[in-house]
Amino acid sequence: MREEKNELKNRPSQEENQGKNAVNTSDDAVQENNQFSLNDDRRVKVLSPGTLVVKRFLRNRLAVVGLVMLLCMFVFSFLGGLLSPYGEDEQFYTYTNMEKEYVGVVQNKDFRYVAADGQEFGSVLQAQFLLAVNKQEDSFTYKDVTYDLTKEGEDFYTISTGGVQIGMASKDIVNAPDDGDAVSYDLRVAALKAYTNGETSFTLNGTDYTLDDEGNVMQGDTVMAYISRFVVQSKENGVAITRNFKEELEKALETDDEEFKYTGEDGEEHVYRIEYKADTDSWSVLQETETYVYDSYAEPSSSHWLGLDKNGMDMMTRLMYGGRVSLIIGFIVVFIAAFLGIVFGGISGYFGGWVDNLIMRIVDVFYCIPSMPLIIIIGASMDAMQVDPQIRMLYLMLILGFLSWPSVARLVRGQILSLREQEFMTATEACGIRVSRRIFRHLIPNVIPQLIVTCTMSLGSTILTEATLSFLGLGVKFPFASWGNIINDVNNSFVMTNYWFVWIPAGICLLITVLGFNFVGDGLRDAFDPKMKR
Amino acid sequence: MRKFIIKRILLSIVILFFVAFVIYVLMRSLPASFVESMAMQLSQGAGAKSFDEWMAQLNASYGLDQGIVPGFFTWLGGALQGNFGDSWKYAVPVTQKFQEVIWVSFIMGGIAFILELIIAIPLGVIAATKQYSRTDYVITAGALVGISLPTFFFATLLKLFFSVQLGWFDLAGLVGRDFKNLDAWGQFWDMANHLVLPIVTLVIVSVGSLMRYTRTNMLEVLNSDYIRTARAKGLSERKVIYHHAFRNTLIPLVTIVGGSLPGLFSGALITETLFSIPGIGYVSYEAMRIGDIPFSMFYMTFLAILTLAGNLISDILYAVVDPRVRIA
Repeated sequence: MREEKNELKNRPSQEENQGKNAVNTSDDAVQENNQFSLNDDRRVKVLSPGTLVVKRFLRNRLAVVGLVMLLCMFVFSFLGGLLSPYGEDEQFYTYTNMEKEYVGVVQNKDFRYVAADGQEFGSVLQAQFLLAVNKQEDSFTYKDVTYDLTKEGEDFYTISTGGVQIGMASKDIVNAPDDGDAVSYDLRVAALKAYTNGETSFTLNGTDYTLDDEGNVMQGDTVMAYISRFVVQSKENGVAITRNFKEELEKALETDDEEFKYTGEDGEEHVYRIEYKADTDSWSVLQETETYVYDSYAEPSSSHWLGLDKNGMDMMTRLMYGGRVSLIIGFIVVFIAAFLGIVFGGISGYFGGWVDNLIMRIVDVFYCIPSMPLIIIIGASMDAMQVDPQIRMLYLMLILGFLSWPSVARLVRGQILSLREQEFMTATEACGIRVSRRIFRHLIPNVIPQLIVTCTMSLGSTILTEATLSFLGLGVKFPFASWGNIINDVNNSFVMTNYWFVWIPAGICLLITVLGFNFVGDGLRDAFDPKMKR
Repeated sequence: MRKFIIKRILLSIVILFFVAFVIYVLMRSLPASFVESMAMQLSQGAGAKSFDEWMAQLNASYGLDQGIVPGFFTWLGGALQGNFGDSWKYAVPVTQKFQEVIWVSFIMGGIAFILELIIAIPLGVIAATKQYSRTDYVITAGALVGISLPTFFFATLLKLFFSVQLGWFDLAGLVGRDFKNLDAWGQFWDMANHLVLPIVTLVIVSVGSLMRYTRTNMLEVLNSDYIRTARAKGLSERKVIYHHAFRNTLIPLVTIVGGSLPGLFSGALITETLFSIPGIGYVSYEAMRIGDIPFSMFYMTFLAILTLAGNLISDILYAVVDPRVRIA
């Protein structure tokens, strides 16, 4: 254990000695001469501090791994977008067979009302009528007018007042045939009367009509109307339901079929599925149709290596652009924080006194402001104001940057406080160099190593913060991709369990990038540390 | 010492005042979307007053008709008496809601914190004593992976494996479906079961920094002269590390652990939200999303107080624990 340590400690010194003329105890005269020669190969190889840092950095395995990871992610994000054949928000479509509701069928169980020509039979009267029917009365009075009910047949009433018929109520419905004219009121009444009483023919205005088993009302051979209890409604725009279809459907419904076939006018046979909905006591007839839709959550394939997302966008391309957004946001935020931190920390550390006191108290205040809640509130209010996604991204960077400068300022100030007491600062003062130059040319460069370490580490944490916000839906918004808002899809637990390719790659990208920054930052910290013996 | 503490406390109060002021100004400068949408909703009722009238009335009842500075002092006056107003979202006094939910957060944070200590300190010490060995690399890399893991991603992975595929835990919530029918023990186990995944998330995500801190400080101590002396005396390596080195490492550790104690009350905003645990973090998140000013003000002030208290405690502990640092 201890030996190992000593070995480690000795390693750098051995290396340095390799360059020098190693202590050579040989008393060979030539060698003696060589020892004092000034040829290049005899010279002490002096390494600049920078080279030493690089050497120390490269000796740290984790740091090198981190650097490689970062390089990969940078190439992936910045070159990937250029190489990808698809655009950031290019959508892909597919044909899919979808069961669409074609028609809905309800068996009528309520009274339907029809007012006689030129009469009023409003909803108040309808309600009064229902009450009367339920009480099995044969008249009702509303606003001093008495209305008489006449039971014409099963579930079929006509309503009249003062001998004038004002309307009718029935549960069976008289429909006009597909290409026929509207059915007149008188015909309706007459047809229903006959139908509900089980008659097969009736006469109206001197014309004979016949009724067949299917409820057709015929004048001679022409169908004038048909009666049925089923109400068939088209659920698609512009589709008229033919009489024939209705009849076939009704037959299927009566035999409780789950499926029914119908050959349409185009001669093609379509298969429909019938679904009974208990809650509304209705049927819906579903038709499989080919629909052109976004290819949501398509599995990975050779053309889309990581599949497609919810909106049918290529996942791989989204990841590349997302990485670009995440990295750019990270860099800009850290740049803002570092800039403000250096300026305020530098001024504060150099001048001391009340300036220092003032700036440090401001830093204290900023330090205490809880950043995450604040950003959430601002994000939520930007939601309410419906800020444009691009401007929103800008605000996000400014806010994050503005909230994270205090720690940089503290670091810079702390370093400068000790540096300004050193001799080289006295020298700059003696040389009469102006103050701003003294601070920013002579003090700040000495802080740069620690600054680089902090900035690298905070790049990682900034990317994490941005991803978390985007995940919560408060950061980068659609249509822009960011790793956080790609993972956002897992809020839908179906996506979480079934479409791993939507969120796992984004999480891994995020992890690799942040880990890369942390490894590199850690490695840099060790490499910059002059006490490091390794 | 007392003078130092008093000075620090007074300074903290001044800072807190300004923090509260800054937060208040920010909150008030944001568009009051909550009040607006409420007024919009109310004005659409049948025969209701106009939007502007509702706006004026609501603003008055929420104390938003005052200017920002007088409004702040009204708020501050109430806050000093422990009256933070009524939450808009929860329609109960803010402090009442706070008392309902804070214990869940505290218990969750407390257990996670203890686990962190148990895991981080031994591993940190081991990593430092075996610097540059394979163990050290694994531990350091593990700590960094923990720090770099996005909470939401890790929590989702846990949910996928343990809730969906293995079915050991529920996906979200603090209590199960039949919680009301269980006896006291059953209720306890039910809650404990629901807290497992959130606590695991918290521990994994935050154990790394403490581990690295331990390692760095242990390394510093191991490089110091008195350790060399101890070794020179011929003490066993065990004794050197656990008696001489570790005790000195405890100084910074106690400071940072003491400093993070107040933070146990702050709640884990993201984790609680992900697992729908009704702690202070989740409750405030919901309140903040709709722009509930009283609750948000309270929560942020509370967090600021916790931060200040943490700093204060760690400064005081530093002076108490380490006799070399006694500030006059």
